[in-house]
Amino acid sequence: MNITLHVWRQKDANDPGAMEVYTAKDVSADSSFLEMLDMVNEDLAQKGIDPIHFDHDCREGICGMCSLVINGVPHGPQAATTACQLHMRSFKDGDAIYIEPFRARAFPVLKDTIVDRTAFDRIMQAGGFISVNTGGAPDANAIPIPKTAADKAMDAAACIGCGACVAACKNGSAMLFVGAKVTQFANLPQGQSEKAARAKAMVAQMDLEGFGNCSNYSECEAVCPKEIKVEVIARMNREFLGATVKSSS
Amino acid sequence: MSSTPTTSPAQSPSSATFISASIGKKVLMAFSGIVALSFVVGHMLGNLQIFLGQERLNAYGESLQSLGAGLWVIRISLLLFFALHIWMGVKLKAENLKARPVRYKFNETVKASISSRTMIWSGTTILAFFVYHILHFTARTTDPRFLQLPLDMAGNYDIYSMIILGFENPVNAAVYIIAVGLLCTHISHGIYSMFQSLGLTSPSCNKTLHRFAHAVALILFLGFSAVPVGVITGALKLPKNPPSNNHLQSAQSLEPISIESGGES
Repeated sequence: MNITLHVWRQKDANDPGAMEVYTAKDVSADSSFLEMLDMVNEDLAQKGIDPIHFDHDCREGICGMCSLVINGVPHGPQAATTACQLHMRSFKDGDAIYIEPFRARAFPVLKDTIVDRTAFDRIMQAGGFISVNTGGAPDANAIPIPKTAADKAMDAAACIGCGACVAACKNGSAMLFVGAKVTQFANLPQGQSEKAARAKAMVAQMDLEGFGNCSNYSECEAVCPKEIKVEVIARMNREFLGATVKSSS
Repeated sequence: MSSTPTTSPAQSPSSATFISASIGKKVLMAFSGIVALSFVVGHMLGNLQIFLGQERLNAYGESLQSLGAGLWVIRISLLLFFALHIWMGVKLKAENLKARPVRYKFNETVKASISSRTMIWSGTTILAFFVYHILHFTARTTDPRFLQLPLDMAGNYDIYSMIILGFENPVNAAVYIIAVGLLCTHISHGIYSMFQSLGLTSPSCNKTLHRFAHAVALILFLGFSAVPVGVITGALKLPKNPPSNNHLQSAQSLEPISIESGGES
């Protein structure tokens, strides 16, 4: 199939950037979206044109490096799928595909479609951890955890921190990401001792980074490749409110 | 790379940080929204008494007026909550626009409902209508006929006739129904948002909550629209034989007079 690509090209963080048009010829329907871009890049390199820069790593849908907005949707049209796991069979011959970087003030564009997502790292540093003493690893079953709590924690822990939620949110809000991290720890016994401080510190860092507020659009939930639900945001709100009441009493 | 400072979990947050925090603002939005919604529900129940007749509706108005200073306490409290709701709404919207300065060339929406995406616009329109509505029925400055309506023995206004006269004009009725429609789209997203912002949703009750929000919005729309529709269709009419001498007595007169005719619905 032949595809027309409209790609965001931006030399560096200070360049205003613009959309450029390229053609991908003889693309196999079985190739992945990133393989298609690899082919286009080989062609561009042969012509002496700077290849399209895009983030990728595992190409297995688990690392969270993909950061492409395909036809206005982070990770593209297929639900619960990262851009690297998207295949060209999702498109038709002759299609025009728009490829843009994640858009949010807290995710500045570094080059082409690559954005700086270290804001997420700083949110994690603020409270996305548990403090444990060093020493021998304890027995795995020493701390009893109810199945329902373990399931909820695991559902939230499925978050790969890709940032698609921020990119999809019309407010550039990071609440699904932060909600997932807060929920993951709040459901486990290991997360209890730092629960209140974690909720407040992670929310404070999120606000400091310049992410927007949640308007409950649920766009984040719709594009999340790991199907994190907006209820994690409710859990974060609950934890934050509880922590505020606790600290003021 | 950015050098944004990192907060520490050991930091002791105060109530000031709560209000300035994203979630704090959403909680204030939710609380003021609950107050505004309670008022809207009460207002609709009050309005619907028009179908019970002129006397009943006017007596209801009288009972509110009889609260005296209490009525002003309620009015001012409501206005303060509305002001808080508007202030938070504008502040959140301004921050949200700042957080997403560059739009996508290919703009797509996967799930967000129209009502959720138009909250600021439905809210602004409701505010404009609210001002007009107060001038129309509370301050009585937009329709000179209201000042010609007779007062009852206690000097109370004939709310029943004001409503009929107000909605006899199809433009007034249409504007009212459109405004109420926007209010209800605002509420349909607002109710769900309230629960979510206060952390009161869970995967098991989320669908029910969405249905509940839509049902409340629909009931409110039907309840509010029933009055102008009733007037336009003729189901609600002015009293057939209003005492002619009452027309000589205007609302601006010092001596109140009685309404002799009963309500007709």
